[in-house]
Amino acid sequence: MLKWFRYGACGLATALLVADATGAALAASEPKSTGGNLVVRRLSADQYKATLISIFGQDIDMGGRFEPDQRESGLLAVGASRVSVTSTGLERYEAAARAIAAQVVDEKHRGTLIPCTPANARAADDACASAFLSNVGKLLYRRTLTPEELAVQVRTAHNAAETVKSFHEGLAITLSTMLTSPQFLFYRERSEPDPANKGALRLTAASKASRLSFLLWNAGPDKELIAAAESGGLDTPKGIARQVERMMASPRFETGVRAFFSDMLQLDNFAALTKDAMIYPKFTIDVARDAREQTLRTAVDHLIVRNGDYRDLFTTPHTFLTPILGTVYEVPVAPIDELDSAAEGWQPFSYAEGDPRAGFLAQASFVALHSHPGRSSPTLRGKALREILFCQTVPDPPANVDFTLVQDTKHATYRTARARVEAHLLNPMCAGCHKLIDPMGLGLENFDSSGAFRTTENGVKIDASGEINGKKFDGAAGLAKAVHDSPQTASCLVNRVFAYSVGRPLAKGETEFVQYLESGFAADGYRLPALLKRLATSEAFYRVAPPEMKKAELPTQIASQTQESAK
Amino acid sequence: MIIKRQTTRRRILRGMLGGSAVTVGLPLLNIFLNNHGTALANGTDLPLCFGTYFFGLGLTPGQWEPKVVGPNYEMPFELKALQPFQKKVNVYSGLKCYLDGHSNVVHTSGVQVTINGGIPRTRNETDSSIDAIIGDVIGTRTRFRSLEVSSAGTPQSYSRRAGGTANPAETSPAALYTRIFGPEFVDPNSADFKPDPHVMARKSALSGVTEQRQALESELGADDKARLDQYFTSLRALEQQLELALQKPLPMASCSTPAKGEDATLGTVVDDVLANNTLFSRMLAHALACGQTQVFNSLVSQAASNVRKSGSADTHHVLTHEEGADLSVGFQAGVSWFNRQNIEGLASLVKELDSIREGDRTLLDRTLVYVTTDTGLAKIHSLENMPQLTIGGANGRVKTGIHVHTLGDPATRVGLTVQHAMGVAVDSWGSESNATSKVISEVLA
Repeated sequence: MLKWFRYGACGLATALLVADATGAALAASEPKSTGGNLVVRRLSADQYKATLISIFGQDIDMGGRFEPDQRESGLLAVGASRVSVTSTGLERYEAAARAIAAQVVDEKHRGTLIPCTPANARAADDACASAFLSNVGKLLYRRTLTPEELAVQVRTAHNAAETVKSFHEGLAITLSTMLTSPQFLFYRERSEPDPANKGALRLTAASKASRLSFLLWNAGPDKELIAAAESGGLDTPKGIARQVERMMASPRFETGVRAFFSDMLQLDNFAALTKDAMIYPKFTIDVARDAREQTLRTAVDHLIVRNGDYRDLFTTPHTFLTPILGTVYEVPVAPIDELDSAAEGWQPFSYAEGDPRAGFLAQASFVALHSHPGRSSPTLRGKALREILFCQTVPDPPANVDFTLVQDTKHATYRTARARVEAHLLNPMCAGCHKLIDPMGLGLENFDSSGAFRTTENGVKIDASGEINGKKFDGAAGLAKAVHDSPQTASCLVNRVFAYSVGRPLAKGETEFVQYLESGFAADGYRLPALLKRLATSEAFYRVAPPEMKKAELPTQIASQTQESAK
Repeated sequence: MIIKRQTTRRRILRGMLGGSAVTVGLPLLNIFLNNHGTALANGTDLPLCFGTYFFGLGLTPGQWEPKVVGPNYEMPFELKALQPFQKKVNVYSGLKCYLDGHSNVVHTSGVQVTINGGIPRTRNETDSSIDAIIGDVIGTRTRFRSLEVSSAGTPQSYSRRAGGTANPAETSPAALYTRIFGPEFVDPNSADFKPDPHVMARKSALSGVTEQRQALESELGADDKARLDQYFTSLRALEQQLELALQKPLPMASCSTPAKGEDATLGTVVDDVLANNTLFSRMLAHALACGQTQVFNSLVSQAASNVRKSGSADTHHVLTHEEGADLSVGFQAGVSWFNRQNIEGLASLVKELDSIREGDRTLLDRTLVYVTTDTGLAKIHSLENMPQLTIGGANGRVKTGIHVHTLGDPATRVGLTVQHAMGVAVDSWGSESNATSKVISEVLA
């Protein structure tokens, strides 16, 4: 476990940045947890789409624009518990909903998606509307609609059909209204007394189903999970375990794992990533798309298909490439027409032993994502390593500092990034933080801003040696091994998984439980599926803090960020 | 066979616009205006409009402040692009943002003070942005409560309601065009108007959602209730948008549909940014002229702008920190070039607003554009001498063509003055040392 990483005082923190590598033995049983606050989360664009695809199928075009997500405490999943819907956002949700609803009822799809045919296509048909809306409504609201709620929807469909003189168009208006409603766009958790623990609260069965489903599938619960929740199937550990097993065996589990890594590794930032086309002509929008996909494919293959050790993600020689990624990384990849068309140009690829391009850190989704448009940046990369992979917080640079030396690539004496960033250390105001950041990032200097491998910069041979927590290493392979071996790496993953799963930073009373997850993760050989299973079948995952604790015990936003980074 | 088709003004316009890139102004229908062309024939002024224009990284001290205080100043070097509109531009220099012991969150604190009135103690305590405050007074009966655009490639805007989520900005002019002038646009001057039953049914369906508000808000904590409140405020705006679509709109004599234009590449290359800014500016002007909104927020570059020249590794932001002063001029010449591009973008917005004639005046004369940035001297993240401008006469409520210099007063004075001009009934604006009750009376008519 890491000691405190004090916000805004890197110099002081240096001495404390020592990992306690002893690692406690796995506690025999799960420690008590206080639980945390209930949250109300806004559906992300991906959750919205995945949920509707599971209801209406891949055939429906989910194009449309959504309110942008917002990252807090390192995760969009936590930001989702903070954001609302602006008027522009709601206008977009409604437009997207209308486009989707129109497809659901069109002549091509109505036969399969609507379970009945109206008696008169130009008039209301309450029985048929009710059959459709009760079925779809359950999947949208993530629980069975109450008779009153269903009656409201059927009446809406009735009135709309009468107004527009079309059963199907009236139904589409009702569906798009449901897709625009807060019951769908937000998922709200509720609590109930826990009969097994007097005075304690737990999530209601419906909330348990949603929490599970968004964690494992990144979408709302399916019919079977809702049925289990509504028949007491999630009230017992055995019942929960049965559902967890089923969900993790489903192909949708992969979607859930991809969503987690996309969030943790901040791959959404690819949407705004630009590289200067004149400096990096190979880095096109297709490269950006494929680079993101490369990382997700590698993660799924390594963590699920091979059930590999999470830490090996940083050193694994195995990955997947497309021909255009091959041009950036300068490795031969067969052209698309020679490959199975179902693979869409992707093929497995393994680097030779000792190749510095092996492992996640050398992928464009790390080195290119954390660079300037026209140059590499040991500082941005080092900061990303600390913040994203070690869950630490690096403060903003101070005001009133002259950066001139650092960023002048044409400087006669400072021709490499190393020489330029070493200038940071001459200024005591900068040195405190930069000596924690830059020496890590310098290990990746053999990769330019586009992710291509290089050995020189401005005609000078690159020295890619660096230092991490007092240990020296050489080059990307050395850094990868150091990250692999660092106890923060696994600890941070566990913390991120937990915050992601509950939609908030961990509460004070959950620390012990998260430590238990950490030691369990180690005992399981750092296997992600085992971690997720342990979490999803734990009592703590469903525990809710009693209301009187909420103000006194739960840290404020800033305090909780710091606390999290201290883990 | 001869097909007889009725010739309408809309058909002519459509025919002329089909595939071409011209703007066709409709003939001014004087019947709608009073003798001076400044007001509707029923005696009320044409509606007031308010907009913000934001650019990142400030301006170079010494290069943007007019030499003369008061009227008849000459446009300084970095504001030269505004020279043709000097009589309609007010420049405010010497004002600053106070930190009161808060840390200078670089490129953020300055935005918070000039747009929200102060530095929030916690994230949830962010006050409404100035456009939201003004919109609640002047712009509640339009199809869009406000329109946000960003030419910088990301959907960022600084427009938000207190404690709420920031409004996302449009990044694609083509998407904005469809949103305003697409199939749901009702031409205010069209002779025939028939309410669409689909709109009627949608509106009625959405009102069913509103009816569930109470049940949904029960047992929620304060923060989550505020979030749901924002949802319902947004829902109300959507319902109102539909309600307006069901009514015959008031005629707007100067309304015409602009040419759609082709988006430039969305991104951070300066030429593309300015090209998109021009398209956005044109659409915003036409949206105001057509009564679609009275409030807009235009962002040409973000705080800490990463706008760059094609082929260069240096962004505007990188240059502010790395570029040495050009000894022949005494300041950072490359940075100044980017600063001037931001002002070029402003000039094209002003040009669009000023080119829509309404009698003997222009749309700009009933508009007030509030111009702000994130820093004074960006090189050191200074919050002193924050560049601020107002442009346009706000229906005669603001005197224009004036340079105001007030050394060390809070920058919020300009925002308070703007609110007074727009009819917001407040005595003071801002928090802590940024609180002020002193309007800049020199510019209030």
